[in-house]
Amino acid sequence: MIKISPSEITPEHMFLSRRKLMAAAGTLAMGTALAACGGGGASSAEPAPEGVAAPSTVITDLPEALAHAEAYASQTTDELGGALNRYEQITNYNNFYEFSMEKEAVAPLSKDFTLLPWNIEITGMVNKPQTISYEDILKNFLQEERIYRLRCVEGWSMVIPWVGFPVGDLLKLVEPTAEAKFVQFTTIVRPEEMPGQQGRSFIEYPYIEGLRLDEAMNPLAIFATGMYGKPLVPANGAPFRLIVPWKYGFKSGKSIVKIELTDTMPVSTWMKAASNEYGFYGNVNPAVSHPRWSQSTERRIGENGRRDTLPFNGYADEVAYLYEGMDLQENF
Amino acid sequence: METLQTYVRKHWFWIVATVGGAIPLVQLAWGLWQGNWIDPVAETTARTGSAAILMLILSLACTPANTLFGFKQALPARKPLGLYAFLYVCLHLLNFIGIDYGFSVRAFFDDALLQKRYMIVGFAAFLILLPLALTSTKGAMKRLGRNWKRLHQLVYVAAILAVLHFLWLVKIDITQPTIYGVILAFLLILRLPAVRQWISNLRPKPVRQTVERPQVARKRPVKAPAVE
Repeated sequence: MIKISPSEITPEHMFLSRRKLMAAAGTLAMGTALAACGGGGASSAEPAPEGVAAPSTVITDLPEALAHAEAYASQTTDELGGALNRYEQITNYNNFYEFSMEKEAVAPLSKDFTLLPWNIEITGMVNKPQTISYEDILKNFLQEERIYRLRCVEGWSMVIPWVGFPVGDLLKLVEPTAEAKFVQFTTIVRPEEMPGQQGRSFIEYPYIEGLRLDEAMNPLAIFATGMYGKPLVPANGAPFRLIVPWKYGFKSGKSIVKIELTDTMPVSTWMKAASNEYGFYGNVNPAVSHPRWSQSTERRIGENGRRDTLPFNGYADEVAYLYEGMDLQENF
Repeated sequence: METLQTYVRKHWFWIVATVGGAIPLVQLAWGLWQGNWIDPVAETTARTGSAAILMLILSLACTPANTLFGFKQALPARKPLGLYAFLYVCLHLLNFIGIDYGFSVRAFFDDALLQKRYMIVGFAAFLILLPLALTSTKGAMKRLGRNWKRLHQLVYVAAILAVLHFLWLVKIDITQPTIYGVILAFLLILRLPAVRQWISNLRPKPVRQTVERPQVARKRPVKAPAVE
């Protein structure tokens, strides 16, 4: 079982060696994924059938990190000592307007969302544009646990044990060209299964989000495929979503079907909806106030009272270098 | 002595308002007891806030119900509805300061009240409703005399501020506060003297009443012994 604490950043040079390792191990290890899973963990009492019983997907060869029958996390807190939110809280309290604007209505409305087949198109300024299936994502990228704080712009937060892999790993595969400066992420449009996309809506679809290329390459930015040791449920953005833990939640697009590298700054959905409230960066910043919600304090879901919101959501050591010399009041 | 039946017949609307005003509170208590809400704090904030605005609007609808339709029964319902509005405002504020901000009054001031425009108007609405609730008794009404009505006309300001508070705090879907705003505007317009005059001109009273009078006269002897 690979455990990586969020503060434990994999240095850049390690990525390549890990990918080489993955490529070498590739088909061999993943072909017998469940066997490897049983051997790797202390949980030898959890044999093959659990993968088959995984909810909302028909994937049988789930990688170890996603093959748990029950909600599983390696730790009970994040590195700052904040307790993990419960699986039920994380899967039933979601801002996913494609389904509903009511957070607690998303889970019931999304439970039958079709997850397979799922393909992700990677296009734009890359040397190797391609479309990758969800199965290939699981096969080709090592899925690992990342316990991250999620800070919503609405002033609430959770601690969530995601399972996923660095965005940079996927980008390296497609080889961004020298001109590429930004990455744009597009969420699926499927009105027949997404009631929020039917008729009049308050934000434009598809949901667009974006990062600067160097932000996307930061090892903290991941694509999540699971949570609590199980594949993502639709309410959390299954089967494949972005997680950028030092930014407000709206930056982390769900159910992504397209990744495009560009040389111009993407205009995100929320920038279009209210450019005075939502900027391109969306970095968690207690010093930049919002007309509605407190950004200097936050309430952890399940708790009463408030805790101070930390600059970059507590990940300043890992990401502050990205914004050196920038006026973060202006670039909010 | 009034029988219960005649009492209920005379005051049914007041009874409905007095009992019905507690429905949002019962729903809230039930929901909290069930414990199924992921964020009971936010749920309580939303529910008490909506209930407060609803009660304010209902209490403001009573006077026009009388001027428009001659529904006199609505008038005594203003008091319970107004007091319920104040109750929900108090719960709303208490939940916000006490549960959401953990009674950290300083954080509440620095972080919310002094920073957000929606907080300022919301808190102003509370400050306006406070003296209105305190002077809702018959004794206060007598003591204040003509000033009582003037004072209680401040409820119009409180209602406008409350709807503004709601409008400024929603994320993007302004449907609900807009509906409240339109209803409130309508209820306030109905109070303009010119509009009231125009409405009362629309109501054809004298002619019809002379036609109906014989029926009423016939009923009277039947009714009289029952009262004695």
